[in-house]
Amino acid sequence: MLIYQYFKNLMMSPKTLTEKILSRAAGKDVSPGDVIEAKVDIVAFHDLTGYHVIEVMEKAEMLKVFDKNKIVIAFDHLAPPPDVRSAEIQGYIRKFVRSQGIPNFYDINYGILHEVLIEQYANPGQVILAADSHTTTSGAVGAFAQGMGASDIAAAVITGKTWLVVPQPFKVILEGKPAKWITGKDVALKLLGDFKADYFNGMSIEVFVKDPLSFPMDYRATVSNMGIEMNADALMFIPDQETKRYIKEMRGYEPEIITPDNNAKYVDEYTIQLDKLEPLVAAPHSVDNVKVVSELEGTPVDQVYIGSCTNGRLSDFEIAAKIMKGERVKSRCIAIPASYKMFKEALEKGYIQTLVDAGCIVTYGTCGPCLGGHFGIAGPGENIVSTSSRNFKGRMGSNDAKVYLSGPAVAAISAIEGKITDPRVI
Amino acid sequence: MIVEGPVIKFGDKIDTDIIIPARYLKYTDPQYLAQHAMEPLDPEFYKKASKGVIIVAGKVFGMGSSREQAAIALKAAGVKAIIAESFARIFYRNAINNGLPVITLPNATKEINEGVIVKINVETGEVFVGDKVLKGKGITGMALEILKAGGIMEYLKSIQRVN
Repeated sequence: MLIYQYFKNLMMSPKTLTEKILSRAAGKDVSPGDVIEAKVDIVAFHDLTGYHVIEVMEKAEMLKVFDKNKIVIAFDHLAPPPDVRSAEIQGYIRKFVRSQGIPNFYDINYGILHEVLIEQYANPGQVILAADSHTTTSGAVGAFAQGMGASDIAAAVITGKTWLVVPQPFKVILEGKPAKWITGKDVALKLLGDFKADYFNGMSIEVFVKDPLSFPMDYRATVSNMGIEMNADALMFIPDQETKRYIKEMRGYEPEIITPDNNAKYVDEYTIQLDKLEPLVAAPHSVDNVKVVSELEGTPVDQVYIGSCTNGRLSDFEIAAKIMKGERVKSRCIAIPASYKMFKEALEKGYIQTLVDAGCIVTYGTCGPCLGGHFGIAGPGENIVSTSSRNFKGRMGSNDAKVYLSGPAVAAISAIEGKITDPRVI
Repeated sequence: MIVEGPVIKFGDKIDTDIIIPARYLKYTDPQYLAQHAMEPLDPEFYKKASKGVIIVAGKVFGMGSSREQAAIALKAAGVKAIIAESFARIFYRNAINNGLPVITLPNATKEINEGVIVKINVETGEVFVGDKVLKGKGITGMALEILKAGGIMEYLKSIQRVN
């Protein structure tokens, strides 16, 4: 038997992280292209999609959850409710939470779903589904995490399973230490600019960080978050010592680590030199219309948004505060830490005080103006610089507004100067 | 499964904020959503589509958010099928779950002109344009079973009945 096992292991081809996670979830060896039924570790939704998920379940007369401890719900898109219908939607979901006895529920006073998941729930090697495209964010800790529509999520809430096609794995290597003001956003935009939005369709991106501590979890979360803008099925960072550090710091325990085998096969690989990156901006109206910030310098800016599930973490506000210290904004500026925890820490470290003194409007735990819902909707003809993830036509409000996506440094300095500015002048 | 209709064309990267802007997502009523389908690009789209049309588009059609209303809005507006050079994964699943056939066809925007009548075999992926037959990728396997059942929930119910 032992000899048989030995040869079996010898015969087995080395596996990528994607194959390892999905093989475990499918209960059998899987390869790219396979259509599989996978067990799901966490299923999640927020207010704006959640009511739709529950409606689908009610309509099918299948209002039940496979495991109440594996469901996570957070209010963020409509938090706090901007109108009566939003309040009604949240009331409807609270009723579901009570009737099903869901313990992992975050009302309007906590944070954005993807931030909640990465702070408290997501672990390396898990399969995580949520009714929101930016679910890819949890890939930052090495989970296979993806968004789906209301019907697919309803089915997963009921059965704890889903069907999917095993994606083709693509390897990205990050080398060196990030140049000044360079963060996760610049890496995400570099990939989008170089490969364009359709290239990674049907692929999972696995990111190897050569020097793990040089590229912290906040940056990783931004890159994974924008995996969906690359149309990747998942964007995962290979779990390493930074993954352990982050989870230990957030939750007090050290997670089990899962990594790809040496010599695992990837369809291709691409290396980014972090020390050579320049601050990047995605110009209207497409996430892959990427330019070096200097090409856009001088563009007048009406409003700046620093926040969202893309860039609403402590390091984002640390950078913004560094730039805004003792200054006064010329553009309107809205700053929204993604969760209570991020807000509290930014408060304790004095970042919030600095931002408020500079003239920013601050709240926490809401998606805010990212999707044109509330808290600073873009008007006709306005130019917006935003640290969020999408600049599609009409995304943040008016169809005639223009949205420029950037990291926190470009956003903060542009708010101070009232026009798009290269932070490297500081 | 055969679907036929006149073509309305769009380019690459038609995103979900174009298909149905977020301000309309607080409701799921198909007729309400239909009136706002494609609004940022063409506020009259639902009138043009009302007699039944087939969308032909470029790459990653439906990229962006997970909003299932994108598929619901297009179908209710009168879209009978979508032929695109590629689809965003979430939109593709949402379309299948709402009974909206989606066919992948490389070079679709070059091969098919606005206004022509096309006929599609949803399962084989063949697209008939005049006397041309274009070979696309039809709906097969799990996706076809779900489409035939009328969506993932109906599919779930049907297997539960069998078991």
